[in-house]
Amino acid sequence: MIAWLIHFALALLATCQDILPIAVIIIGFQLLVIRKPLANPKKTLIGFIYVLLGIAFFLEGLDMALFPLGKLMAKQLTSAEFLGINPHEYILNWSAYFWVYVFAASIGFATTLAEPSLLAVAIKAEQISGGTIQAWGLRIAVSIGVAFGIALGTFRIVTGFELYVFIVIGYVLVLIQTLFAPKLIIGLAFDSGGVTTSTVTVPLVTALGLGLAQAVPDRNPLIDGFGLIAFASLFPIITVLGYAQLAAWRSKRSLSSKH
Amino acid sequence: MLKNHFIKQLCNSFIDLVPILAVVLVFQVLIIKQPIADVASLIIGTLFVVLGLALFIQGLEQSLFPLGESMAYAFARKGSLFWLLIFAFCLGFGTTVAEPALIAIAAEAADIASKGNIIAHSTEAKSSYALGLRITVALSVGFAILVGVLRIIRGWPLYYLIIGGYCGVILITPFAPADIIGIAYDSGGVTTSTITVPLVTALGVGLATAIKGRNPMIDGFGLIAFASLTPMIFVMAYGVIR
Repeated sequence: MIAWLIHFALALLATCQDILPIAVIIIGFQLLVIRKPLANPKKTLIGFIYVLLGIAFFLEGLDMALFPLGKLMAKQLTSAEFLGINPHEYILNWSAYFWVYVFAASIGFATTLAEPSLLAVAIKAEQISGGTIQAWGLRIAVSIGVAFGIALGTFRIVTGFELYVFIVIGYVLVLIQTLFAPKLIIGLAFDSGGVTTSTVTVPLVTALGLGLAQAVPDRNPLIDGFGLIAFASLFPIITVLGYAQLAAWRSKRSLSSKH
Repeated sequence: MLKNHFIKQLCNSFIDLVPILAVVLVFQVLIIKQPIADVASLIIGTLFVVLGLALFIQGLEQSLFPLGESMAYAFARKGSLFWLLIFAFCLGFGTTVAEPALIAIAAEAADIASKGNIIAHSTEAKSSYALGLRITVALSVGFAILVGVLRIIRGWPLYYLIIGGYCGVILITPFAPADIIGIAYDSGGVTTSTITVPLVTALGVGLATAIKGRNPMIDGFGLIAFASLTPMIFVMAYGVIR
């Protein structure tokens, strides 16, 4: 119990350390440049403490429950015995890794739903849009994008295609979509690409990528293990833009069918 | 009233977590076919995550969102573009340079560079390379928030800048050393931390609300998009120069 309390206190301290630069900047500018007291200093401070405690509990809980299990599973699923591969056999069918793709997609989907940063952006978007954009709808669209991105990323590691080919094709797709998508959604779509990968997704996905690059013959974990996060922040943009385009297209069609 | 609200939030957080639990349990039991080793710590850990998520949301609505917005209003009322841009840069730079995920990725990048004979095999060379990379990413995020804020004030359309940025990424990729491309692409995703995102989002939306003629939905978002775009360009440029 005491050992655990010390561990938790250390986690809290580490979170404080992350917050420190932000607090210094905000307080500094508030005192020196804006020179006006905060409207609700007590409420703000208590809220800040909630955020601190919240992040510390969140990370501690992930460390206790999900990370060890998730990392172990990533390791087991990519192990040669589970896949039934002969490590000396270099020519290998990519379909042997079927369960890895399924796991990658489902863990990508599930972790993105619980990602706190995405939650924050989705709440704000629902407030600002007056409810036209539902927080849940946005989160599910983003999660599908991450699921697809990570599954494709593991496929890339298995087949050994060049990372930048995928990324460049993805970007060209995003650019074309951006030209045609409703202007209202563009900022939100690109923001949701950036927020998908933080506290929950990164550790699990990195473990999966590195484990896979170690298990697949002829891959260098240092080079091929990277790139999954890039996929996970590219594909949500595509799905959110696609979702908006679909919604706009359907409302246009229902309007024109009424006339 | 407050208690009631918090209990509702706890339930919502639990629902958010159900998919992860389902995935882990289903894979463990049906596909790997192994019992779960430590059920007690799984349950306690899950409860912690739920509590943490609920507290985070509570604090978000009570503190981080209002704080970001009130600062945006204060800057808009003050009317000093110079100080607002300085603030934007500091917020981006300061929150990124100490980001643990970035520190980890910079250290790994230094390892790769030394194995690929780009830099010397000594510890000093590695740590100076990692530090340089961290400063590069932090500068790029500071620059991104600065440009993003300037865009909201001037009312430039977001997609011009985004398209320009992505063309920049595509153009610089063929010139960057192959070893650094993966890290560069990943560094875009890791820079935005859980505390920075709500603050920056509230700042952008608050500015777009406070300035006449801006639509918070169209102009308010996009700051984070820049902050995950520019590090890719800057890190690849760092790889070219080094």
